Amino acid sequence: MTLDTTTASAVAAASTESRWRRHAWQYGPAVTIVVVALGLWELLIRVLDVPRFLWPAPSLIVATLRDDAGPLAGHSWTTLREVLLGFLIALTAGLVIGVLLHLSETLRRGVLPILIASQSVPTVVLAPVLVLVMGFNIGPILAVIALFCFFPIAVNTIDGLSSVDREYVRMMQTLDASRRSIFRRVEFPSALPFIFTGTRIGATYAAIGAVFGEWAGSDGGLGWLMIQAKGRLDTPLVFAAVAIITSMAVSLFLLVALVERLTIPWARSRGGRMK
Amino acid sequence: MAAERPWTAPPVNAGSGVTDSSITIEGVRQVFGDTVALDGIDLHIRMHTRLGIVGPSGCGKSTLLSNIAGLVEPSAGSVAIGRATTAKERLARCALMPQKDLLLPWRSALDNACLALENRGVHRRAARERARPLFERFGLAEFEEHMPAQLSGGMRQRVAFLRTLMAEKDVFLLDEPFAALDSITRASMQEWLLGALTQEPKTALLVTHDVDEALLLTHHVVVFSARPGRIVHKLDTDFPTNVPRREIVTSPEFAHLKEQALEALEV
Ligand SMILES: Nc1ncnc2c1ncn2[C@@H]1O[C@H](COP(=O)(O)OP(=O)(O)OP(=O)(O)O)[C@@H](O)[C@H]1O
Ligand SMILES: [Mg+2]
Repeated sequence: MTLDTTTASAVAAASTESRWRRHAWQYGPAVTIVVVALGLWELLIRVLDVPRFLWPAPSLIVATLRDDAGPLAGHSWTTLREVLLGFLIALTAGLVIGVLLHLSETLRRGVLPILIASQSVPTVVLAPVLVLVMGFNIGPILAVIALFCFFPIAVNTIDGLSSVDREYVRMMQTLDASRRSIFRRVEFPSALPFIFTGTRIGATYAAIGAVFGEWAGSDGGLGWLMIQAKGRLDTPLVFAAVAIITSMAVSLFLLVALVERLTIPWARSRGGRMK
Repeated sequence: MAAERPWTAPPVNAGSGVTDSSITIEGVRQVFGDTVALDGIDLHIRMHTRLGIVGPSGCGKSTLLSNIAGLVEPSAGSVAIGRATTAKERLARCALMPQKDLLLPWRSALDNACLALENRGVHRRAARERARPLFERFGLAEFEEHMPAQLSGGMRQRVAFLRTLMAEKDVFLLDEPFAALDSITRASMQEWLLGALTQEPKTALLVTHDVDEALLLTHHVVVFSARPGRIVHKLDTDFPTNVPRREIVTSPEFAHLKEQALEALEV
């Protein structure tokens, strides 16, 4: 009994340890670079005695995050809500449009070139126009975020759906599959790795989209706060807001990556399967 | 052998008498760009008989199966299954086991085997219950929930075979169905197939590289030439199914037929 528990806990400890080692190996280099860069940054600012309104040291940004935690939290919540909503709109629109364009050849030929061309329209310039059209509310902000994120999701959905191995489709045809069944059981699942790639890219754009949207017209949020702080030459607060925005983008990216791991575990072992 | 019914549901056409499932192939020619894959293929396969096809690699054996199944319309000539002449009608009559297993990597072995039933609107749970007993029969018990990536090549091939079986069609087109199996498993699968097809006859085409397999499992064997594939030799086999395999393989008749087939393959 005692022996059993010891062995079990030893095994558990061993597997925890190996998991740690794997994580360290995976994230270690990035963490090291960030830590070294922050250290150098701190050092340079102190040695060269750079004024705080020009370029604040990391320690000062952390202090700002702590001292202004109350207002920062409120604005962060505003922005986070926009980011999540805008991203969900982009995800839905990207999937729906991607699927529609896949299903209809006519639609694809008519709409896809326009979609691609539309990407050269600078969304940043479009934002104030959107405010004029949609009014001074959350609408234009969500629209800007959605415009930022939508394209990689839609394009990857189309690519994924059309890149399915025709041999699988033929196999399904010999098994009495309808068009619908082929879509549901073959095309969509095999497009999922592509769709997740597009979604991960889209996720990294969502936060920056929210900042641009807020710059064009808003009365709160981290983007709005940045403009206010800049006006007061409160550069440490600008940097604090940037730090939060960045961590939002990274978190959303990691969230999508986690969902991807959980929903399509087969995609990771795919390389190993091929003979 | 086993008294169990290999097909869990009666054929679709039971009741209205038996639908003609003979296959008639006339002047089939298949061209891919500059490649002539098949040329001048004429074949008639009587209903419920089994035909073996052997021939060198690249001579168009898989192509002929696609032509028959209606996946690819031949460049010239015609194929009919009973009265079904259009590609679409033929597709509905045939179960094709492709040369590659083509298991869907996101479905477990059992769910892969259930594809045909699910396509026909059977609920997943019901479909799984129907497929499960066959997993045991084919030595796949306990691997039902494994993903294809976790299966060996031979296991994958057996799952693909099961998937074809579950389509419950009256024409069977098997493209090297047992090529990835070790000789013992292969012999057992061959025996099972022979038993099943004797008990519930179907029109079947068996493409294989293994002359022994063709001779043992079918009524007639055709030998294809190298590309463009033409029929260079026909053999009638039809060994009794109730005699042990060992006796057949060592009989002089078998040796004679095998020699003929190998000789035809060499030209
Ligand atoms: N879809 C296709 N497009 C172009 N060429 C093709 C296509 N399918 C088959 N071929 C060609 O037709 C010829 C016959 O191919 P097929 O797959 O039928 O041969 P096979 O007899 O089944 O060979 P193996 O024994 O190696 O499986 C080959 O030369 C192949 O390159
Ligand atoms: Mg072949």
